[in-house]
Amino acid sequence: MADKIYSTKFQDKMERNIWALLLMLMFILSIGGIVEIVPLYYLDNTMEHNARPEIIWQAKDGQTLDDWKPGDGIRPYTALELAGRDIYVREGCYLCHSQMIRPFRDEKERYGHYSLASESIYDHPHQWGSKRTGPDLARVGGKYSNEWHIQHFIAPRSVVPESVMPNYPWFQQRTLDGEGIVARMKAMQTLGVPYGGKDIDAAAAKVDGKTEMDAMVAYMQVLGTMARLDHGVVYRE
Amino acid sequence: MEATAAEQKYNFDVVRWFTVATVIYFVVGTLLGVYIAAELAWPYLNFDSPYISFGRLRPLHTNAVIFAFGGCVLMGTAFYSVQRTCGVRIWSDKLAWFTFWGWNLIIVLAVITLPLGFTQAKEYAELEWPIDILIAIVWLSFAFNFIMTLANRKSTHIYVSNWFYLGMMVMITYLHVVNSLAIPVELFKSYSLFSSVQDAMIQWWWGHNAVGFYLTAGFLGIMYYFVPKQADRPIFSYRLSVLHFWSLMFGYVWLGSHHLQYTALPDWAGSLGAAISLAMIVPSWGGAVNGMMTLSGAWDKLRTDYVLRFLIMSLAFYAMSTFEGPVMSLKVVNALSHYTDWTIGHVHSGALGWVGLIGAGAVYHLLTRLWNADIYSVKLVNLHFWLATIGIAIYTIAMWISGIMQGLMWRDYDEFGALTYTFAESVAAMHPYYVLRATGGFIYSVGGLIMLYNVVMTIRQASSEPRASVAAAQA
Repeated sequence: MADKIYSTKFQDKMERNIWALLLMLMFILSIGGIVEIVPLYYLDNTMEHNARPEIIWQAKDGQTLDDWKPGDGIRPYTALELAGRDIYVREGCYLCHSQMIRPFRDEKERYGHYSLASESIYDHPHQWGSKRTGPDLARVGGKYSNEWHIQHFIAPRSVVPESVMPNYPWFQQRTLDGEGIVARMKAMQTLGVPYGGKDIDAAAAKVDGKTEMDAMVAYMQVLGTMARLDHGVVYRE
Repeated sequence: MEATAAEQKYNFDVVRWFTVATVIYFVVGTLLGVYIAAELAWPYLNFDSPYISFGRLRPLHTNAVIFAFGGCVLMGTAFYSVQRTCGVRIWSDKLAWFTFWGWNLIIVLAVITLPLGFTQAKEYAELEWPIDILIAIVWLSFAFNFIMTLANRKSTHIYVSNWFYLGMMVMITYLHVVNSLAIPVELFKSYSLFSSVQDAMIQWWWGHNAVGFYLTAGFLGIMYYFVPKQADRPIFSYRLSVLHFWSLMFGYVWLGSHHLQYTALPDWAGSLGAAISLAMIVPSWGGAVNGMMTLSGAWDKLRTDYVLRFLIMSLAFYAMSTFEGPVMSLKVVNALSHYTDWTIGHVHSGALGWVGLIGAGAVYHLLTRLWNADIYSVKLVNLHFWLATIGIAIYTIAMWISGIMQGLMWRDYDEFGALTYTFAESVAAMHPYYVLRATGGFIYSVGGLIMLYNVVMTIRQASSEPRASVAAAQA
């Protein structure tokens, strides 16, 4: 009986031989991922800086992160900003805040220029997010004062009554670990983030004695300020 | 007689443990969801504590429902149905127990590390690298045991439910290994190997297929075994199963890119994802029809068999979610729905409706078979069914309204061409729907608590007074 229900020779083979079924599945399940992911590594128009290299900051000989000025282009995060980003990750901020502005009129007016892939080139992992319970933060840098951010982290509803964000009073009580941040920058270096030797040597001193609040504010204030994007330029099709 | 013979032939013990664990994690996972839903409605519930703040509990909720509840019901039902359909005992009892204890160790580690803020910050793959390695080992032990059992089978052909389980095992291995690649910095801190658009694409290749393979293909394995068994009829169409299987295996993998419409992901990738998403309606509905039509000619069973109700209602939600999903993947709809609560509503109609209900149906079915007992209270099964259905309805309707409202408020312009609403105004407008959502979720969780009570009472009853037939057989 059972032998008569098959529809094709192929299907019958698959159902009789577990190893054939396994191999076929291993093959068929790999196609979609390969087609969608691999080209992102070699198609030049994936990253905008291939056509417009000025988006990325190139440190000249002897230059450190201290020589960078806002608008010079995308650069690796400073020690303090990276510490802030790690806290952003730790607290799961990406679950309510996106960092990816879409090319719509309302988003441009609310948040600014649409986001580019090249802007998160040093973000391991990316923090594009998938939900806006709170607003997008891709270009929040410079929009509010440091004092506003501190007050907002301690008690969000004291500055935005409608907010549903948790309070983060512990940011002010915890201090950063200088040695830890050096290890983290070195790990980033292995991943291809171009930290210079001097940047790493200076890192521990830059975060010593600083609080998590300082780090979070530094991270907020740099978001979206690295590259100066021109509204008249078409960065991607 | 039959029961004792089966007991000796198969390893049911490990299935029993998985079944009980499933029910416990079902209650815990959904209650955690209710709590974080309440945090969004009433933010003082964060109590200024890092360990229970929304951003740390939310990954715990998703991990609890996907990996704790979902994992246990998948592993339990896979071990049960592979033995029954192959007519042989599980290949290795020891390895099966290793899978059980290993998986539960992972869950315990998740409960400890996620509230402490140890996370890779990749949605549904938050656990840090040492736990990721453990997941890979335990997952492969599960897959290996399953494959070897199939290799040992007595039947000539491999039954359809096993194809789906196998597809899930292969794909989840691919996804988990690639998406979790990272450079360790500390014991519980690592940085993803990828960045920017490649990282986003890999993350959503994982993210959508955690849904597509773990929560869909795996649970379709449950469907193809438990629906025919509970209905006591063969599956409606063998050919439809074949079509359903291969098109699902080939197509689902492509869908991740529709999570990145209008982002910095190149257009071609997003459009490709949307096109295949749309095409996936066909196999998905084919599968849903296949399950439901199994009742063809015996629809009256739905009136009397409450367990069957769970299974058939879950297929209705499966059909609904697999229609809604492709619609949301279209660019024109996605422009409105992305970043809003609509996505959350969509996920939950699939998770609560499809995954939750078919999981519960499978648990009730297993309860009678594994403990050789009648369910303690059939009335409570029915009550659970209605609480679950009403809870899901409230939840998804609240999220549809809030999601679409959010999307419309963000893009609304007044007569002068200025944005009508500030972001904060859109947050304030969500409050009533967040309260409704927490209420719907709570009702659903109460259903879970009732199931837990029913399971405990059934097991207690079974151990104190075995069914007459069993007692006679053992005498």
